[in-house]
Amino acid sequence: MKITQEIKDNTIIMTLDGELDASSSVILDEELSDPKIMSYSKILVDCAKLNYISSAGLGVFISHLQRFEDAQIKLIFYNMQDKVRNVFEILGLDLLMTIVSDYEEARTVSNE
Amino acid sequence: MNNSIRVNCTKKNLKLIRDFVIEYLNAFALSDIMTNQIVLAVDEICANLIIHANHENPDKYIHLAVQKQNGMLKFEITDNGLAFQRSKYKEPNIEDNIRQGKKGGVGIALVNRIMDKVEFESNGTQNVCVLYKKIK
Repeated sequence: MKITQEIKDNTIIMTLDGELDASSSVILDEELSDPKIMSYSKILVDCAKLNYISSAGLGVFISHLQRFEDAQIKLIFYNMQDKVRNVFEILGLDLLMTIVSDYEEARTVSNE
Repeated sequence: MNNSIRVNCTKKNLKLIRDFVIEYLNAFALSDIMTNQIVLAVDEICANLIIHANHENPDKYIHLAVQKQNGMLKFEITDNGLAFQRSKYKEPNIEDNIRQGKKGGVGIALVNRIMDKVEFESNGTQNVCVLYKKIK
């Protein structure tokens, strides 16, 4: 798993490249636990190159979601592959998290 | 075709297990979503065995064997760690998990929703988890 971050004003664009399993999701947890992240108002997660996610990867997002919501930080996923989106759907997470089709839509939704 | 794999209990080996399952499933030309679901279910069980049942002890092993029987794929995962206690298992409430900032506890729910049948057996030393998935 390779995670890159790009900062644009009050937004972090986080690009996930690879597979999020019980082994690699630790890196994602470290990134999302970084106190600096709380100074932004939007986290846009580019999932185009996220090829796999297991419960450990989902668990990392689940565990930070409330904290971000409480701090009014918007967490938005985009460019998600169908097979990865399906895993979110199996647990109904697509209804509890914001998953949109592409960057443009993520931008629009993040400004609402 | 090689129908079984044995790995020691480190989380890095989950990738080997997934690659093994993907290669086995190649022959059945399943959809991307179906292939991913089956790989995920096996990965979830193996991750639980490696982390919870065997505490990531590299001297311990898990064994996975797969076969096709009567239109069903059968995955048999064996280890010698702590047995999974199904009677103590409770389906998670995802909204509660979110409120509580809980990291774990949704893996078995995925397995139960993906697979057609999930069995856990233990004879005191050896534990066997068997997953069944209907394919056409």
